[in-house]
Amino acid sequence: CVCVCVKQMEKVIVAMQDPDMGIKMRNQRLLITVIPHAMTGVDVITWLTQKYRIGEEEALHLGGMLVRYGYIYPLKEPRCLVLQPDDSPYRFQTPYFWMSTRWPASEVDYAIFLAKKNIRKQGELMEHEKERYSLLHKRINHTWDFVVMQAREQLRTSKQRRKADRIVLECQEQAYWLINRPPPGVQSVLDMGLERPSNQNLRVPLNSDFYKREIEASRRALGRNRVKSSICLEGFVKYCEQYQDHDPIMLGCLPSNPWISDDSAYWTINTEIVLVPTRLRVERWSFSFMELLSDPMGRKEFMTYLEKEFSAENLYFWQACEEIRHGESSKIPQKVEDVYKNFLAPGASRWVNIDSKTMDKTLEGIKRPHRFVLDDAQMHIYFLMKKDSYPRFLKSDLYKNMLSRAMVPQESKKSVFPFMRRQRHSSPSPAQVVAHGTEEDERTGGVGQAGTNSTTGARV
Amino acid sequence: MSQDPLEGCRISAGKKSAVSLGKALHPPNLLVVVEGTCGACVAASPVSAPEGSCSYNVAHHHLCVCVRVCMAWQGLQKGETLASLKQESENLRRKLEEERGKLTDVELHQVAEKVETVAALSIKTRRVLKGHGNKVLSMDWCKDKRRLVSSSQDGKVIVWDAFTLNKEHGITLPCTWVMACAYAPSGCAVACGGLDNKCSVVPLSLDRNENVTAKKKSVAMHTNYVSGCSFTNSDMQLLTSSGDGTCALWDVESGQLLQSFHGHTADVLSLDLAPSETGNTFVSGGCDMKANVWDMRSGQNIQSFDNHQSDINCVKYYPSGDAFASASDDATCRFYDLRADREVAVYQKDSIIFGASSVDFSLSGRLLFAGYNDYTINVWDVLKGTRVSVLFGHENRVSRVRVSPDGTALCSASWDNTLRVSRT
Repeated sequence: CVCVCVKQMEKVIVAMQDPDMGIKMRNQRLLITVIPHAMTGVDVITWLTQKYRIGEEEALHLGGMLVRYGYIYPLKEPRCLVLQPDDSPYRFQTPYFWMSTRWPASEVDYAIFLAKKNIRKQGELMEHEKERYSLLHKRINHTWDFVVMQAREQLRTSKQRRKADRIVLECQEQAYWLINRPPPGVQSVLDMGLERPSNQNLRVPLNSDFYKREIEASRRALGRNRVKSSICLEGFVKYCEQYQDHDPIMLGCLPSNPWISDDSAYWTINTEIVLVPTRLRVERWSFSFMELLSDPMGRKEFMTYLEKEFSAENLYFWQACEEIRHGESSKIPQKVEDVYKNFLAPGASRWVNIDSKTMDKTLEGIKRPHRFVLDDAQMHIYFLMKKDSYPRFLKSDLYKNMLSRAMVPQESKKSVFPFMRRQRHSSPSPAQVVAHGTEEDERTGGVGQAGTNSTTGARV
Repeated sequence: MSQDPLEGCRISAGKKSAVSLGKALHPPNLLVVVEGTCGACVAASPVSAPEGSCSYNVAHHHLCVCVRVCMAWQGLQKGETLASLKQESENLRRKLEEERGKLTDVELHQVAEKVETVAALSIKTRRVLKGHGNKVLSMDWCKDKRRLVSSSQDGKVIVWDAFTLNKEHGITLPCTWVMACAYAPSGCAVACGGLDNKCSVVPLSLDRNENVTAKKKSVAMHTNYVSGCSFTNSDMQLLTSSGDGTCALWDVESGQLLQSFHGHTADVLSLDLAPSETGNTFVSGGCDMKANVWDMRSGQNIQSFDNHQSDINCVKYYPSGDAFASASDDATCRFYDLRADREVAVYQKDSIIFGASSVDFSLSGRLLFAGYNDYTINVWDVLKGTRVSVLFGHENRVSRVRVSPDGTALCSASWDNTLRVSRT
């Protein structure tokens, strides 16, 4: 959005020109001419560094943006709107030429500008300027006399000025046109992308329906249970702490981050199904029930445990419900039918133990099967597993053995020749892998599983 | 249907009288349809004004008209007016703010005081993906942690193996400004959409001879551009956000609209699915400066936050699902606690004056990566609220930042036509 950042930039510019706290202007020498009220690139960077307590790189970048948007222009090499971190001279653009004042630029003004250049010195127009000049000549031919007259008058007035003033005015104008009519190949800072509606043009009518929905939503929101901040915020601290060791960007990963070492070993040892999982991975299953279930290997181990406890039907049921919730609409009736037969019908082979209220409601609902018809039952079984089976799983020998047998990868030795780039192995596209393994997907619940099977290292 | 108090009434009206008639009744409520022959030139010209506005452009001539006033009284009960509904809505919102404030016993940065500071990060770009001919508007990682899909203003969608820099698929859409793209959970398809007002799903064929674009299938249809899309937990359902002010849930196989979400009053620019156990909610943000949390089953707006002072460009859930972050044109990013139901942190700095376009969390949720319109990426400490690092490199706006699924790298897409993959 143009307005917002333009206003902010102008605030900065005004602060920079403050007589007390702003940049100390000086005369700057441009060859033999002395230009007053100017500053150097270093002045700009230093002021920004001090005012915002930022580093030099950031100050150079921010100052650079101010130049890009034409609020500060270079006196030397005025064709290039770049901030140099040296003693190159710069001046503040006159508010007359600010983006907020004079936008969009007028065609007539541009024609006058080009005409002046053309008249002042034959052949001074650049290639693209010549093209635009002749295009304008055609397009606004009816005002051409005015254009030429204005150009001549402005040139005449300018000749009567002191050289310093003349240079300044030329630079101001040049900077303005570099932004509003950038040369080909130079990106336009005025490119704001797709136009968005201003807040006045609302996409949605504010009629009675709208306000009624708002009122409903507010009433519902008022009825919500809210949790004390101290509890919630403590929760975030704990979460970040718990996962910190698992956060590669923060603490790295073993044996190495593939993006740094070009070695995909980290991915290989963490594929969906491995013989020996890493210790971090197995630990993560203890963070939450969801972590356990979302790792295919964790889910498999959990299933094994449940089989031992003769309560595996719960997980099978949960998986079947997920299939319905996230599957094709057309398959819902059939799947619901299957779930009834396998899990809910009296004497079903994998009958699940749901409380009678939920069971009655569910049985009634499946007469008209829809995507969410098993939600209540699924939630009941999910929480049953979470509160009962899951904690016992974590205490079980099965899990403890997994943890002790889990591997901790060694940090990969740095290459003897650190500048040699390792060959980056490609991996088969998940599309290819799944094409061969759809059956397995169906058995395990088929909820969006993709993994790299980079054992073959085949090129795609 | 409502009563029509002025039905059949003839008014000899000049421009002035028609306007004052409108204003004498309920200014913001009227849809005034002024029809009839013009007194000056005998042309019959119906002139109508958009519903909800009170000023309208009556023809420049005098009109001798039969004025029919259609009120937005449709649906209003006796005694209700639009103004009274608006007032009630505002009162409730104020009450909600009060309630939210009651449980605020501590601030995030206070709780975070005891937490260790994040060590200085040195983030370097390791891959530069070149190939798009114009601004890169969006990208999404594949679950395999190394592939990604990107979309551009030039209408092209590219699937890359970012690790080897191979371009694996190229899809050409018949429109420019493909603002949304997403990788399917299975890795077998991608979804993309934009100015064509649609979101299409393209199966990724591995047959070199097959034209991937030909298999493109339209799934979502909106009445304005598609700004964002995301698959739900499977390849079978697609969630979209649009410039028409709505979000929608679609069945991929049939293209059927499963649920639509109304509540935003301007373009919706972004959405994100909640990573929760019961997996039924998502958050959206838009040009009405609001971030809304929705129930996917019922289509209802569960929670709403209006703290930003300009368009919200991006919303993203915190990894636990108990919070989310937003990026806005007001140059701030914010963090909202869903259980406490309020904004708990604002990430801003004096020196950051350009809008933020995109945000994403690191795997542990401790770091927040935010891309800005001044070509930089700022890295924030989510808990302490301070800025950890600033990344330069892009030569134009950063349109999207995404951390890879296993948290090993950050990908940033930019208007400089490239994507960069960076890591510490």
